[in-house]
Order: sequence, then structure tokens, then C-alpha cells
Amino acid sequence: MSEAIAMSFEPKIIAYVCNWCTYLGADLAGTNRLEYPPNVRILRLPCTGRIDFNLIVKAFEMGADAVLVSGCHPGDCHYTAGNYHARRRWMLFRSLLETLGIETERVHFTWISAAEGKKFQQVIGELTEKTRAMGPYAAYQEMCVGQASACPEAAK
Amino acid sequence: MTERLRQTARRLLEEGNVQVVIGYGASGPVFITRPEDADKLEWNDRCFANLTVYLTRKEVKALGKAALVVKGCDERALVVLEKESQIDRAALYVIGMACDGLGAAKCVECQTHVPRFADEVIGTQAEPPAPRCAPEPNGLDRLMAKSPAERWAFWTAEFARCVKCYACRQVCPLCYCERCIADKNRPVAIDTSATPKGNFAWHITRAFHLAARCIGCGECTRACPAGIPLGLLNQALAQATEENFGYRPGMDREAEPVFGAWSPADKEDFIG
Repeated sequence: MSEAIAMSFEPKIIAYVCNWCTYLGADLAGTNRLEYPPNVRILRLPCTGRIDFNLIVKAFEMGADAVLVSGCHPGDCHYTAGNYHARRRWMLFRSLLETLGIETERVHFTWISAAEGKKFQQVIGELTEKTRAMGPYAAYQEMCVGQASACPEAAK
Repeated sequence: MTERLRQTARRLLEEGNVQVVIGYGASGPVFITRPEDADKLEWNDRCFANLTVYLTRKEVKALGKAALVVKGCDERALVVLEKESQIDRAALYVIGMACDGLGAAKCVECQTHVPRFADEVIGTQAEPPAPRCAPEPNGLDRLMAKSPAERWAFWTAEFARCVKCYACRQVCPLCYCERCIADKNRPVAIDTSATPKGNFAWHITRAFHLAARCIGCGECTRACPAGIPLGLLNQALAQATEENFGYRPGMDREAEPVFGAWSPADKEDFIG
């Protein structure tokens, strides 16, 4: 990727965060006036256990270049075990993404607590730079605009 | 074996123990409700279908208590269905067929030739079962040996043939939701048209809803009119499930389903 494109490309990052930890961590970053790149769109959900894998797929369909999923540290879940359930799911979901050849380096998981405003700032900063270096997720976006293939019989 | 199967079915229906016997007929499944029809049952090399799929269907449930013909491999689906509270095992009579393999590639690697939890097992397994075909070259290993970009290209080409007939869903014994997420339209979770976008979303969903549940019967691949090797996705997930949790769906009646449980010790090397 040429430097000129790299400079003009602004990555779109979707962050699915849990209501109780990471969202409050983001809030803390805000109240502490910690600056982080505006490339991230934050979506708040009740719990990481609620974050359906379809939401990750949907984000890519809608043009995201990277997705972040973040919630409470293990042991801190507001609902006791939502994040433990989520962790298991992501483990297997990553293996499915790998099998399909989807770029797993664009799907990030992290734990950020309500007290970690600083960590939120760092994660978003690093993620934005990493995604900027990787460039847009062209493979998925090009696939999404593809038309249904014509019936081979009809094409004859 | 066919004759013994027919006798058993006749006996069960005559005694009134069951109202319907679900088995293999000359061309497809048969639902025998009268003892005199028991001769329609067949047992041969074409008995591939996994008949457990019918147990969760409303129309079949309406027929009354069922007796079901299963092979050892199909029986794993029964274990999962029971674990997920989809069937009442006590209200079901299982006729197990000891199977030497039907000549399908999956039969070569099969470890469950004889049903383990059946109410009655017909026949005995030849020792050792004679493989009637070569083991399938492992498609998953070959796929995973490719680069991610090559895998992406492979699936893009495969899914381009998908017409969204949902045969893979209908034939799957573990795809039993009364209302599938693919049919929900407020909001649309999965693009309904057979475009690349909708096809990817559907196949990701189908595979992952079967994660740590799929018993590997391979009916999805067999049912696909476009010849898409859908089972590969399930195999990949099954392999990851076994590596991470040592769990094989439908093998152990006592084992806790992977997604029904959690452990503080689960690995999280991928979490930042």
C-alpha cells in the first residue's frame, strides 16, 4: 500500500462493548480528557455474553475494517459468567473464521474494566494504527457487493 | 437383518408399544403405522440418511410414540437431542442397527458401528468391519494447508453456487429451531438473497450454530444440490472443540455440552 493511500485511509472500527466495564472504561477515558482516535464506533450491549457472532459478521458487511469486542475481566462479570461463556464462544468462532480465510487479525478481543480508561485509550490507539497499516478490508467489502451468480443453465 | 428389523417393527406395532416406526424404505424414509406395512422397511447400503431429523418435526410428533431405526453414527444425534431437552428418550423406542459401514468414506473412520444406547440392537458387527472404500483424503487438512487468502478464494467460489435452498438446514438433525434466524425479518439478521454477502452470512451462521454440537453425519454435504463441501466447516469446528475441550458431541451421555458450561481455566491467549 502506497504511503499516500495509507495517509488518506481512515479505518472504520466497530467496538462492541459491555455496559458494565468497557463502556464505563470508555466513559472514564472521556471524563479524564484522554484523547483517542475518532475511528472507533462504540456499540454498547448488556454483556459480552450477549454479543452474538452475527454482529461481528454484520459489522464487516457494513464496511468495518476491524471489530473490537470488549468486556469485563474474568471474574468481574456483572452477570457472574457472561464473559466466561463469551470467551468459549470466541475461541471456537476464531477457528471458524480461520477456516473460512477471514482475516482474524481484524477481529480483536480484550478485557477492559471500568477503571481502565487509560487502557481503553491505548487499545483504541493501537488498534487504529494496526488497522491503518493493514488497509481497508477490501476482500470482504468486494465480496459483499457481488451479485448472485446467474444460473448456469440460463446463461447458455 | 432386514427380516429381523421387519419382525421387530411388526411386533412393536402389534403390541401397541409404539404408534409409528420410522425407518428406511425402498426410496427414502418410511413412517410405518400399521403392522402389515412393516415389510416396507429396508436395510441396505443406501441407508445413509440420519432419521433422527424427523423426531423434532411437529408432523411426526403428532403420530404418537415412535420407534426409530438408527445406525451407531446417527445415534450420536439422539444423545445431543436428549441433552438439549428436545426429545424424551423414555418416550422413544430405539432400534439400533449394527452396521459394518455403508461404503461411504465416513464409515471407514467410524468408531460407533454398533449403537450403544439402543433399546434393541439388530445384528452384530463383523470383526473387524471390512472397509469397502478407501478413506477419504482429508479435505480439511488440505484446506488448512492453504494460505488464508486461498481459503477465502476457495469459499468464495464454493458459496457462489449456493442458491439458499436451505437443504443443509432441513436435513440436519440438530437444526431444529422452530423459527430459524435466517427466516427472521424484523430485523433481517442474515441477508435473505443468494448473493455472496448473504451466502457468507448464512454459512457462517449455520456452521457456528452447530459448533460443539455437530455429530459429523455429513448429511449437509450430501444434501447440498450445489455440491458445496459444507461439512468441512463443521469438521473444523469439531476439531477445535476436541483440541480445546476434549469434547466430542454425542459420544458421552454424561459430558457437559461445551457451550452450556465454562471454566475459569479456558485459554485466552487471543484476548488482549
